[in-house]
Amino acid sequence: MSRFRISINKALISFLLIFIFSANNQVFAADGEALFKANCANCHKPDADYTGPALKGWSKRVPSPDWIYKWVANPAQMIASDAYAKSLFEKWKPTVMTAFSNLKKDEIDAILKYVDDYMPPASTAQAGTNGAPAGQSDNSLLFGILTLVMAIVAFILLQVNSNLRKLTDEKEGVYRTEPIPFYKNKTYIMTVILILFAVGGYYTISGAIGLGRMKNYQPEQPIYYSHKVHAGTNQISCLYCHGSAQDSKHAGIPSVNVCMNCHMAIKEYKGDPIVREDGTSVNGTEEIQKLYKYAGWNPDTKSYNPDNNGDGAPDGAQPISWVKIHNLPDHVYFNHSQHVKVGKQQCQTCHGNIQEMPEVYQFSTLSMGWCINCHRESKVDFYNKETGEGNKFYSIYEKFHKDLKDHKVDSITVEKIGGTECQKCHY
Amino acid sequence: MSNKKYWQSFGELNQTDAYKQSSENEFNEDLLPIEELSGEGILDGKTPRRDFLKYLGFSTAAAAIAASCEMPVRKAVPYLQRPDNVIPGVPNYYASTYVNGGDAISVVVKQRDGRPIKIEGNELSSLTKGGTSAQAQASVLDLYDTTRLRHPLQKDGNDFKEISSFESLDNMVKDAMVGIGNKPVVLLTSTIHSPSTLEIINKFLAKYPGSRHIQYDAVSYHGMLSSNEACYGKRAIPSYHFENAKTIVSLGADFLGTWLSPVEFSKQYATNRKVTGEHPTLSRHFHFESMLSLTGSNADDRYTHKPSETGLVALALLAKLGGNVTAPTINDANLKAGIDKAATELMKTKGSSLVVCGSNDVNVQVVVNAINELIGANGTTINWGATSNIRKGNDADMNKLVAEIGSVGALLVYDCNPVYTYADGKKLAEAISKIPVTISFNGTMDETTEQCKYVIPSHHWLESWGDAEPKTGYVSFIQPLINPLFKTRSFQSSLMKLTGASVNNTSVSTNDSTSAKPAVAVSSEGSDYETFVKNYWTSKLGNPEAWDKALQDGVVETAATVSSAVFNASVVSASASKIVAGKSGTTEVVLYQKVSMGNGSQANNPWLQELPDPISKVTWDNYAMVSPELAKTLVGIDIVNNQRQADAYEVTPEKPIVKITTNGKSIELPVLILPGLNSSTVAVALGYGRSSADEKNSLDRIGKSAAGAGKNAYVFAGFDGTSFIYNGVADVQKTNTTYPLAQTQVHGSSEGRPVIYETNLLSFTKKPEALLEEPRSERLNLLAEGKTDFVTEGTIYPNYEKPGIKWGMSIDLNTCTGCSACVVACTAENNVSVVGKIQVQKAHEMHWLRIDRYFTGDVKNPDVVFQPMLCQHCDNAPCENVCPVAATNHSSEGLNQMTYNRCIGTRYCANNCPFKVRRFNWLDFTGADSFANNQEPLRDKELNEVVFQMNDDLTRMVLNPDVTVRSRGVIEKCSFCVQRLQDSKLEAKKHQDPSLVRNVKTACMQACPTNAISFGNVNDKESEVSKARADKNRNFYVLEQLHVLPNVSYLAKVRNTDRPIGIAEEVSAENEAHA
Repeated sequence: MSRFRISINKALISFLLIFIFSANNQVFAADGEALFKANCANCHKPDADYTGPALKGWSKRVPSPDWIYKWVANPAQMIASDAYAKSLFEKWKPTVMTAFSNLKKDEIDAILKYVDDYMPPASTAQAGTNGAPAGQSDNSLLFGILTLVMAIVAFILLQVNSNLRKLTDEKEGVYRTEPIPFYKNKTYIMTVILILFAVGGYYTISGAIGLGRMKNYQPEQPIYYSHKVHAGTNQISCLYCHGSAQDSKHAGIPSVNVCMNCHMAIKEYKGDPIVREDGTSVNGTEEIQKLYKYAGWNPDTKSYNPDNNGDGAPDGAQPISWVKIHNLPDHVYFNHSQHVKVGKQQCQTCHGNIQEMPEVYQFSTLSMGWCINCHRESKVDFYNKETGEGNKFYSIYEKFHKDLKDHKVDSITVEKIGGTECQKCHY
Repeated sequence: MSNKKYWQSFGELNQTDAYKQSSENEFNEDLLPIEELSGEGILDGKTPRRDFLKYLGFSTAAAAIAASCEMPVRKAVPYLQRPDNVIPGVPNYYASTYVNGGDAISVVVKQRDGRPIKIEGNELSSLTKGGTSAQAQASVLDLYDTTRLRHPLQKDGNDFKEISSFESLDNMVKDAMVGIGNKPVVLLTSTIHSPSTLEIINKFLAKYPGSRHIQYDAVSYHGMLSSNEACYGKRAIPSYHFENAKTIVSLGADFLGTWLSPVEFSKQYATNRKVTGEHPTLSRHFHFESMLSLTGSNADDRYTHKPSETGLVALALLAKLGGNVTAPTINDANLKAGIDKAATELMKTKGSSLVVCGSNDVNVQVVVNAINELIGANGTTINWGATSNIRKGNDADMNKLVAEIGSVGALLVYDCNPVYTYADGKKLAEAISKIPVTISFNGTMDETTEQCKYVIPSHHWLESWGDAEPKTGYVSFIQPLINPLFKTRSFQSSLMKLTGASVNNTSVSTNDSTSAKPAVAVSSEGSDYETFVKNYWTSKLGNPEAWDKALQDGVVETAATVSSAVFNASVVSASASKIVAGKSGTTEVVLYQKVSMGNGSQANNPWLQELPDPISKVTWDNYAMVSPELAKTLVGIDIVNNQRQADAYEVTPEKPIVKITTNGKSIELPVLILPGLNSSTVAVALGYGRSSADEKNSLDRIGKSAAGAGKNAYVFAGFDGTSFIYNGVADVQKTNTTYPLAQTQVHGSSEGRPVIYETNLLSFTKKPEALLEEPRSERLNLLAEGKTDFVTEGTIYPNYEKPGIKWGMSIDLNTCTGCSACVVACTAENNVSVVGKIQVQKAHEMHWLRIDRYFTGDVKNPDVVFQPMLCQHCDNAPCENVCPVAATNHSSEGLNQMTYNRCIGTRYCANNCPFKVRRFNWLDFTGADSFANNQEPLRDKELNEVVFQMNDDLTRMVLNPDVTVRSRGVIEKCSFCVQRLQDSKLEAKKHQDPSLVRNVKTACMQACPTNAISFGNVNDKESEVSKARADKNRNFYVLEQLHVLPNVSYLAKVRNTDRPIGIAEEVSAENEAHA
């Protein structure tokens, strides 16, 4: 199970930190990019055709500048009434663009500005991080060997010392008994026992703590689903599939129809070859075929199987039994929406660099100490009474407002508002 | 120190030795028998030391093996196509209606991932206004009842065989119906007030000429219906408006517990029982009854009489009020004074007075109608503008059916169980089995169903579409929360199939002449009820949007103005003359319903069976309730004066059995001695003693919790020529056997510490601050010289601030009626275990919230106080200090937190809790232990069958997924519904709105039909709980002199009576001493 050595983890953590930093900066800098990624990126790329057409250069193609707003607000209606829209539909059918009536005009402008200004990034920008030499060096082994060598040297010196003393004593005519051989020497035996006890105890306890923890758990899934291809290469927003992370305690695994939103059109995998850990290669197209089987979709006729058995789903369709990777004990209450929506955490904070994982494994220990540490360090989006910034809910914490004003504290952590109390998570 | 004594048992009243001993032995559990084995103690004994090492070795090895087990592979299976409105992990709420034999309560059902798991009241209903009852709360468990029938059945010898499809069954039944020739078809149901169902029934009756529909109520209101027919020309029950009544006189009507529509009445009643403002007014409630009922125990003044004297009391009241009748002789001076007093008060508030009567005797009800005329109730507190439809049963029809049952061709039974509820059920069962065609539509294999040839089980209401009209003009809708779990079909659909498609649909539009839009006339009704009810209401309401809105709200109401009906006074004198004097010198039996068991239709509900009766505190059984005087003559126990006898009776659960004989039928029941009953009355609860015809089938057919619980008292119901009578002369004989009763009271004794404060209205108005003088002075006594702040300076412990939120609860003792809806709501919300009768006897019940019942005053006719007792979430909690592993500690929001996974079960906390609210999982009640099958060896010895019923995979679907299921060896207790609190905080944070945490609703508070409980953020002065606590003259904390600083506060009780109560009692006693 533990495929990844500690060194790699270290590399990942450093990469993760870099990622979080860079991601945050970009989000705040470019509104259009965020909007694009949240709303459009699942089907569109700025510079290449995808589920939908490439967006760059849109203004040269559309009949009038206003056309684009109407189209975004209600594509279906446009297809019925507008000639250019109809031609678009003919080209891309059966997929019809989802209506985004909630997008305001200035938001659409921001998106369009982003796609027009878009420059493909240098493709090797991040490759170095992943392939970085495995950690700085693992010193513990060195220290261990050194300690052992020195212990042997000390032992030999002690032996030599006692022999020498015996010799000198004999020279001086002091009678001494034959020295006890070291394996009968009680001091040595005791020392060895103590050392063994300490080392054994350490490993027993850390082993016991590790019982039931599943860090690096990476089961084989019914479909080889690569987050690297979807979230990494194709930049699909996490929330497109795991949308209930915003609303529910569960992040939710997308239902098959969510997969089919894109895979009705994407029938084969044409990206970089996918290679498993053991060197065997994965045929992406075959994996998509597995999905079609689960969905009851016939790729030849481009339609769902008829529902002859009347169970409300296409014949042959069945839900996918994914193997659950992140398991919490029953006595723990964890809520995704609390962390994603209120705490504004990135998915990667707990799940690791998921967009680089061909197959997902459990990145964190998910142990209580790990939770608590984060709760101690994370700062809440505390309400600032003067500027009105922050989450207004916290306006009722009078004491903390006073403390902040008096400069007794400089920030409010999750722990301060009860985030490490038992019944935050156990009830 | 108050001299006022509040007592829960006679032992406590007299402070007997055995009582003291038993209250010290709180856990009622033997210590490890190590010393007994050798008599030498743990260190010297030979065997125990070895045993000790064995246990040590075993538990270490077991723990190691259990912990190192491989982690199981868990699957996550998403939807194929996720429904739009379902987000896994987020509950949805749908409005529906709880219906059960005529009862209807508008509710909102919490559905989590497709499973209904909790029932809450619907606040849009103007009848129940968000209140619920214990039975409604518990009915979600009935959905997952293991005894529900899973497919249609046909009788096959003494057993039943499964029918593979509804079509083949329909054909079989149709063929059989043809075979009966001209013999009449009888449809026997409980009261039906669903407009669409009545429509379908009418069509069915039209299809079979000579057929008839008989409505039969398990507990009949025929007397009222017939008297109203005589007096007002309408066979109906009017609406009552307790909220308009300043004086209420009840003649044995348990209107807060079981009479007619108790949730509606509780809401109304409570509005006049809240003490508000500087000059508070309260309604005055007189109660005349023969046993001690829930409503009686809430009355301001209560008088007892023999069960057969209800008519006399009514007549005497009428005469006193100036009615044209001869006043009967009342020998009991106290009772006579009570009648006079009640009459005076009724006249004083003429026009806002109300008299209700629980008798099923037509003549008595006619007299009561005459009284209500005299006091101006007709058109003020009694509304004939909207009549109640929830009881329409006709006793005469039923008796006629039984007499002519031999000639019936086909009997169709739905939602009633006459073999069980009819007095001569045994004979009826035989007769039913001889009818050519018998079809039962009941959902379980009950006593009547097992006599029928065909069984077409109906859905549970949580799986059904439908409607209900409990009061004319007030419609409440039923919509399914889950697909039918089993192969069942709604009764209405089955009836439509029997009627056939040939019936035209004109009647919908003719009936619906008032509908504004005939254009939306329904073209096709469809062949199932689901389509029918939709079309029916879409056409009635005018358009599909209105139907959607109606479903979303759950109710459509056309409020009627309060109006009167014309009274026909000529019938009064005839009725009055028929009321005869009570039988003298004999013992009489009276039948009553419990708030938990009702008429017995929900008897296989473990939550209801384990719910302690508010008065007797007994679970799992019915019993013969008698007064101490009667106990002296019946079983020779002088419980008041003879301490040894009292101890022998009270400390053990074993109670002597008596044999009661009435109308030639007898049953044997254990005796339960309670104060406050009339001295010649034996009260027996209905709804128990469910049993299959062949006893050995009971466990499977009737159910694991209903089978063996109590005896069937319906056999005692008599017939007076017009209606069923629920009392009668009884011969009671002592037997030499005993039977154990599982009684929960005195399990959590306050050991004489004052926990209740009360007074009467007069003295409260005069000197409101005197009510809580005692705790105030105690607080001062605790403070050192010069200190003033009790909270911070009354202790050596530091005071911790609660920044942000501080949760708190306030309970109004004045409006708490003891109805116990909160207890069941708590059980449902928090996955509280059912422990079974054996464990309740050992004081191992698990209820997080109990309702303590205290008696006070006169032993013969004491006042009763109910006090809901739950974890007080003390800010300076004694339990927290003693936990060796810090499994219980305090949160910065004032919660006393209990962490199950950290608890090692020392029970130090429970020992140190002055409120006795901590519960220990003595056994594996939930099957949640990591060791499989450690329940099986305890079956029947320690664990009743019901525990296994609760652990069935089907039943476990009711569990709330947000609350941990506790395993053996940990302590649990009220958490203030912390899952709701955390959820509300999350919502408030998401919406950035702190006001969302202001008034969070805990499960108990939501269920309460009288709004006695308020909860919220105490730091927020706008919250309901802060407002409740602002009543400084009544707001107290239980045992606050211990400086435990509870977060639950109580509002002291104020009774509207002339009798001195509480503090006032002492003052008057002092005055007498001086005089």
